[in-house]
Amino acid sequence: MDQKLVEEEINFQKSDKFNLTMIPGKFARAMRTCVIWQFIRFIVINIKMIIVVGKSH
Amino acid sequence: MARLVVLGGGVAGHTTATFAAKWLGSQHEVVVVTPNSKWNWIPSNIWVGVGEMTKEDVTFDLAPVYAKAGITYHQAKAVSINPEGKDDSDKPFVTIEYTSADKAGQTETIEYDYLVNATGPKLNFDATPGLGDGNGQMGEHTVSVCTADHAVHASHKFKEAIEKMKKGERQKFLIGTGHGMCTCQGAAFEYIFNIEHELNKAGVRDMADMKWISNESFLGDFGMGGLHMKVGGYVVSSKLFAESLFAERGVDWLIGAHTSKVEEGKVHYELLDGSTGEEEFDFAMLIPPFAGVGLKAYNKAGEDITDTVFAPNGFMKVDADYTPKPYEEWKASDWPRTYQNPTYKNMFAAGIAFAPPHIISKPMKSPNGTPINPTPPRTGMPSGIIGKAVAHSVCDLITKGENAHLHEASMAEMGAACVASAGKGIFDGQAAAMTVYPVVPDFDKYPGTGRDTDYTFGEIGLAGHWIKHILHYLFIYKAKLNPGWTLIPE
Repeated sequence: MDQKLVEEEINFQKSDKFNLTMIPGKFARAMRTCVIWQFIRFIVINIKMIIVVGKSH
Repeated sequence: MARLVVLGGGVAGHTTATFAAKWLGSQHEVVVVTPNSKWNWIPSNIWVGVGEMTKEDVTFDLAPVYAKAGITYHQAKAVSINPEGKDDSDKPFVTIEYTSADKAGQTETIEYDYLVNATGPKLNFDATPGLGDGNGQMGEHTVSVCTADHAVHASHKFKEAIEKMKKGERQKFLIGTGHGMCTCQGAAFEYIFNIEHELNKAGVRDMADMKWISNESFLGDFGMGGLHMKVGGYVVSSKLFAESLFAERGVDWLIGAHTSKVEEGKVHYELLDGSTGEEEFDFAMLIPPFAGVGLKAYNKAGEDITDTVFAPNGFMKVDADYTPKPYEEWKASDWPRTYQNPTYKNMFAAGIAFAPPHIISKPMKSPNGTPINPTPPRTGMPSGIIGKAVAHSVCDLITKGENAHLHEASMAEMGAACVASAGKGIFDGQAAAMTVYPVVPDFDKYPGTGRDTDYTFGEIGLAGHWIKHILHYLFIYKAKLNPGWTLIPE
């Protein structure tokens, strides 16, 4: 029988613990290191952090 | 002229001393007593521990910085406090023992008007047999990233492990906590994923078995009882995100574990269900539990009053509610606001040195009675904010009189930003950027999660790594008191 091998799903089979959580797919993982998207997130995260830091001082 | 003595030169002590020196000017004296000659940006030690930074990258000499700030600096450790003075004088004083090469072992007393205890923790390796060497230092079986020197040692051992894998020898990595009452799971969390990242870069990940061992009752507890974040329209627990990252990277986990004994290549543990087991390893980094540094206190007659000034764990009592009560009755208001010692009003504690009223995570015990739960984190941003608030209070007490209003910085009312590295690299690095608000959950104000989910968030990615890397340079710049240092928040 042909096996469909999806890279992000491989770890699900490694243990029951792994199987009961969520593992990011190819797109989500690619976005984590996509420079353009991460630059936008960099701005957003900094704004969020500055708000929390401001509320804490 | 009043004299403020600050014990400790870490995040809390350095913040207190430098702001107090700036605000008090040359009319009053600020004295720092710290056993270290160098300041260490501890959050970057994990990068030293995998060989991505050097000790010099994360440390700098304190003496020239304190000279620039007009702070009197003693490279020494505090031994005892006499808050009532002695027979012939009512002036309180501390006894110190020098650690610098030229005066090592010499003792001296320093009188003070105000004292801030910011000694940080004693790394209590000996709490677990085999984790320590029996003389208070790290043992020979494991490594640590708690100090820059420990991290350098860890990086050498890590390189040796990589070489073995390149020669075809499989290696087992065990990273986590070395006792049931540890804190600082975040540092171990960063280290295990930086190791995983470096193993991938070295092309030997398939030769490594990786396992996390921790006293947390669930992954993602981090000593704060976990946190809930808004993601994709859901409010979800940090447990789900932590487990996801471990599964994605192929890292197995063992939680609710009290490391009871360490031997060469083997750890013995007890779990929350009372069962015991062993875990073998080739390379292990286990964070030790923290304790107070062992300061003693004496009254005017020379009688030991350590129990009055310090909690049993060695941390200094402050304005917290230490009344023992069950978890269900814990309140955000139990946590201290001013960090003033209740007995001696001219003494304060900041950072890890203050005694928390209780832990933050739900208390857990094995059926054998072994407590297995993380102790509360008081590092990083909270340490800096507390240090600054204490400096403000002391300066006001000195300049406005003893009835001056004390500044407040309750961990139940402040948030914290935390960036946990999961691998270093300008284009392939990743880190989990998180904020929590407040640090100590307030279930009266936020009955569901204990925190404001509008200000509690987390996400992993390259942006987080950029932030962590920028913070590395920013906080070292600030700690060196370079131009504009006061504009950089704690």
